[in-house]
Amino acid sequence: MRDRFATVTSELLDNDPRVSLVLADISADRFAESQHQHPDRVINVGIREQALIGTAAGMAHSGLRPYAHSYAPFLVERPFEQLKLDLGHQDLGAVLVSIGASYDASDVGYTHHAPGDIALLDTLPEWTVHVPGHPDEVEAFLRAASQTDERVYVRLSENANATAHHRPDGGFQVLRQGTGPTVVAVGPMLDRVLAATAGLDVTVLYASTVRPFDGETLRFVLAEPAVVLVEPYLRGTSAPEVARALTDIPHRQLALGVPPHTARFYGRPRDHDAAYGLDVAGIRARITAFSPTDDHERYATHVTG
Amino acid sequence: MVGMVLTTAPTTPHTPTYNDLPVLLSRMTGDEKHEPSATSTLDVLWVLYQRVLNVDPRNPEAADRDRFLLSKGHGPMAYYAVLAAHGFFPVEWLDEFGQPGSPLGHHPDGALIPGVEIASGSLGHGLPLGVGLALGLRANGNDARTIVLVGDAELDEGSNHEAIVVGAAYGLDALTVVVIDNDSSSLGWPGGIARRFATEGWATVDVNGRDHDALTRALTTHHSGRPTAVVAAVEPRK
Repeated sequence: MRDRFATVTSELLDNDPRVSLVLADISADRFAESQHQHPDRVINVGIREQALIGTAAGMAHSGLRPYAHSYAPFLVERPFEQLKLDLGHQDLGAVLVSIGASYDASDVGYTHHAPGDIALLDTLPEWTVHVPGHPDEVEAFLRAASQTDERVYVRLSENANATAHHRPDGGFQVLRQGTGPTVVAVGPMLDRVLAATAGLDVTVLYASTVRPFDGETLRFVLAEPAVVLVEPYLRGTSAPEVARALTDIPHRQLALGVPPHTARFYGRPRDHDAAYGLDVAGIRARITAFSPTDDHERYATHVTG
Repeated sequence: MVGMVLTTAPTTPHTPTYNDLPVLLSRMTGDEKHEPSATSTLDVLWVLYQRVLNVDPRNPEAADRDRFLLSKGHGPMAYYAVLAAHGFFPVEWLDEFGQPGSPLGHHPDGALIPGVEIASGSLGHGLPLGVGLALGLRANGNDARTIVLVGDAELDEGSNHEAIVVGAAYGLDALTVVVIDNDSSSLGWPGGIARRFATEGWATVDVNGRDHDALTRALTTHHSGRPTAVVAAVEPRK
């Protein structure tokens, strides 16, 4: 995904004089040629993330369409007030493209993890949030973003699904229809959700654009009024969106994702997935427990137990 | 220049003069004595709008306008008085300053006031924005200037120091920062404020923040390949 980001953004810089790119050292090597070609529109501010966002916002004020990029914690968490004020309060747009996701950089530790990035953006109005699950989706979102002046966040990950499934309009894609709960798989979680739900009578929706949240499709496909969110970031981030979409429908909800934690171990991303129950086995176990095959037996146990 | 335009503007019956400002300020504060935060910027703002900025109250969004960013949003009465004097909005707005529903709050919001480029209040945002704005204007081939007003205490915020380096490294000679120095930074700036800018490659000038001719010279002198920092000293805040 990071490679595709570099290729597509370089091409946008070549072909659209409105597009600019602001870097804070991260990935600067991948844009050396672009910086040489477009020295006025490719700006590396060094390791200065407040200036990264302020500069991008100022460029938007002048009419440019800035893309800004860094590791997720340094793009969203460190300059958060700049997102709130320099972009939001000034009503300026930018395309923020992060790498690192929740713990792609597990081996370098917690400083480079950002499971809370989207939850933070949820405190701000009018952000479009893409969580692509495939490089083709990255390309589609980056190209579409160049045509607007909106505030857009594109969260890249080292994790990818085998194929792209996004809908160009940002709606959720129906991948499997059943009579049990509806499982909403976000971005890179899709392939493991499909594996985890094999043989289960569930509906599977794929979400690679999570803000705005496509509650309409969720309502349309909902069979049993039960929803499982499987998000690759802070668990429950989209739970309020589900609740809002189903305000008038009594429903159950299970939110899977990264629990609040301070990581004290390194390892590989899949070690973290396993620790947080986000591997295939963990997801399957919790979805199975959420959709008991025999409700009467479960209820009886509860009452007598 | 701007004043001549105003002879036809409906909201200002005459070419504004500096002597109009106390009355305009009083419409907001209700008396003739004014808080230091309200008046520390008064002369710089007056000189900017009278003699420096290429802005037109009849067309405040003109593409070629100079961009003035009031980063130090605290104590905006002087700003409002100068804008009203130049016809950016009716002077009657001043009477409702700070009232619910008034576009004129205790920190300015560019979305609400004609001619105001940004919303400010939280310190340390104007200069990074100004760096990006100057970069963007240059990329667009637009010769307009970007002028950012900050306070000496505002410079405490580290975001300014990120922008000071970036602005100089990219040779933004259409960018000017004017620092209103009323000695209000709690820990101070040993060796002077101008030195912080000069070390990174800015052209700097120390000037009396009440001397209109000196301010005009400092704010209109171009330094090729370098941004300019004008440190305008006014009475220390007690």
